[in-house]
Amino acid sequence: MIWNEPVETMPLEDLKNLQSERLVKLCRYVYDKCSVYRRKFDAHGVNPSDIRSIDDITKLPFTNKIDMRDNYPFGLFSVPRTALVEIHVSSGTTGNPTLVGYTRNDIELWSEVMARTLCCAGARTDDTVQIAYGYGLFTGGLGFHYGALKMGLTIIPTSSGQTKRQLKIMQDFKPRILCCTPSYCLYMAEEAREIGIDPRTSSWNIGIFGAEPWSESMRSEIEGTWNMLATDVYGLSEIIGPGVSQECHYKDGLHIFSDVFYPEIINPDTGRPVPDGEDGELVITTLTKEGIPLIRYRTRDIVSMTTQPCRCGRTSPRTSKIKGRTDDMIVVRGINVFPSQIEEVLLGIEGTQPHYQIVIDRQAHQLDEVEIMVEVDEKIFSDEIKQMRSLEKKIKKEIEAVLSIGVTVRLVEPKTIQRSEGKAKRVVDKRQL
Amino acid sequence: MKITQISVFLENRKGRLYEICSMLGKADINIRALTIAETEAFGVLRIVVDRPADAIELFRRNSVTANQTEVVAVEIPDQPGGLARVLGILADHDVNVEYMYGFVEKFSENALLVFRFDNPEYAHQVLRQNAIKVVGERDIQGL
Repeated sequence: MIWNEPVETMPLEDLKNLQSERLVKLCRYVYDKCSVYRRKFDAHGVNPSDIRSIDDITKLPFTNKIDMRDNYPFGLFSVPRTALVEIHVSSGTTGNPTLVGYTRNDIELWSEVMARTLCCAGARTDDTVQIAYGYGLFTGGLGFHYGALKMGLTIIPTSSGQTKRQLKIMQDFKPRILCCTPSYCLYMAEEAREIGIDPRTSSWNIGIFGAEPWSESMRSEIEGTWNMLATDVYGLSEIIGPGVSQECHYKDGLHIFSDVFYPEIINPDTGRPVPDGEDGELVITTLTKEGIPLIRYRTRDIVSMTTQPCRCGRTSPRTSKIKGRTDDMIVVRGINVFPSQIEEVLLGIEGTQPHYQIVIDRQAHQLDEVEIMVEVDEKIFSDEIKQMRSLEKKIKKEIEAVLSIGVTVRLVEPKTIQRSEGKAKRVVDKRQL
Repeated sequence: MKITQISVFLENRKGRLYEICSMLGKADINIRALTIAETEAFGVLRIVVDRPADAIELFRRNSVTANQTEVVAVEIPDQPGGLARVLGILADHDVNVEYMYGFVEKFSENALLVFRFDNPEYAHQVLRQNAIKVVGERDIQGL
């Protein structure tokens, strides 16, 4: 079923008109309401009156994560704080986290695109859904919650973790839909077998997996293990949270809800558009958001996009799975991690920045593990074991506080960490995605 | 009369201790006392050598993390209750021992132990007041 058929199957010409109308309005809105945008437009030599159709979007300046950080907390908002009904926070590269906020209409928008997402994956209005994404400052749990609420599904808000309970709930209430990270889904299969549940007999028919990169081979493994359809969902908190795009049962690209989130694929170096089907950076403009509208937001995610309508009837463009990043962000258990965050912690602890390396690994059917290797130099070395241990613990505690995920810290000898051309390699990702 | 102890950071991996010791051996630096403290992941080798300055320089050149600590070498009568008596005096004077270990060789008729105190100055004073013999850097070189 298609949640919003008139919009989702809209003829391309009508869709373009709708996008144009919304963009024109948006430019006037942010120029009026947000001094940061006004300055950005002025510096770029563009005025809202120059924007007459969606094709004029390339005249507008880009927005990126640094704009959010520099204007933290509320500078990039187009409404006063009192108009916000909810705020969410995700990690920033350094210093301030990334703050997003929703007006009541924004929550309505989020509910709408999440209802479309759930339907696109195959949910029906009589379904029960188990939402095992984290609830809280992370947008995953609540985003699905709002969509399911709008659709009128029976929601089981299990949030993440407590695997045995997740499995019992699945057995007792028989939800047909599961929403969680793909690695957690595979991890649950291991637990299920351990307690004597055959994953193939589970009630889950459809999985909506995202918040971390995953591959076609992982999809086959999930589908084979659980006997379910595994679909990919994409989103980022800056834009809305989950609900930017979603695969239908044809699994032939993610339908991006382009009537509200207008996509462009650009060459990250030149900023110019790339032809249909070629890899580039996904840039999104939120056409109807009120709280913190983003104009040409650089997602840093590398994808390709096709504008060919899909067999399912939806006419929105479809993007590929994420093929990479233009920055050094890594996603671990659904959490965005920037090496610079770890650098900051190490710098703060000893006033010095030892060489370090982040090693991410995923054993078969296990969750991602993060190990931080820190080279011990004379400044941080002590002849007393208890001091070394407390240093190790302190690094672990502070990194965990910043990243919100568990890590192990390993103190290593100097020159242990491989350097290429004198420069230390900060991230080693051993995961077979 | 404090002496210099060199501590070396070691990862727990095969052959690492051998590498460090042969580094010293090739440089003709003699180990007088040693101990290793370890955790699952790493260890700290503590040594007293005849030429500490050279050893430090050697480690620096070879990118081995090492630092110097002031320790006190104390002569302990080599008889039952010898160590207990010294520890008793230290305890009575509230001197805290971080760790201690023995020398490889014997010194005259007495055993020689290395003490790491949190406050070496004060410990030294207590030992002297109680006529417990403390050994200097030069004595060690002559061992």
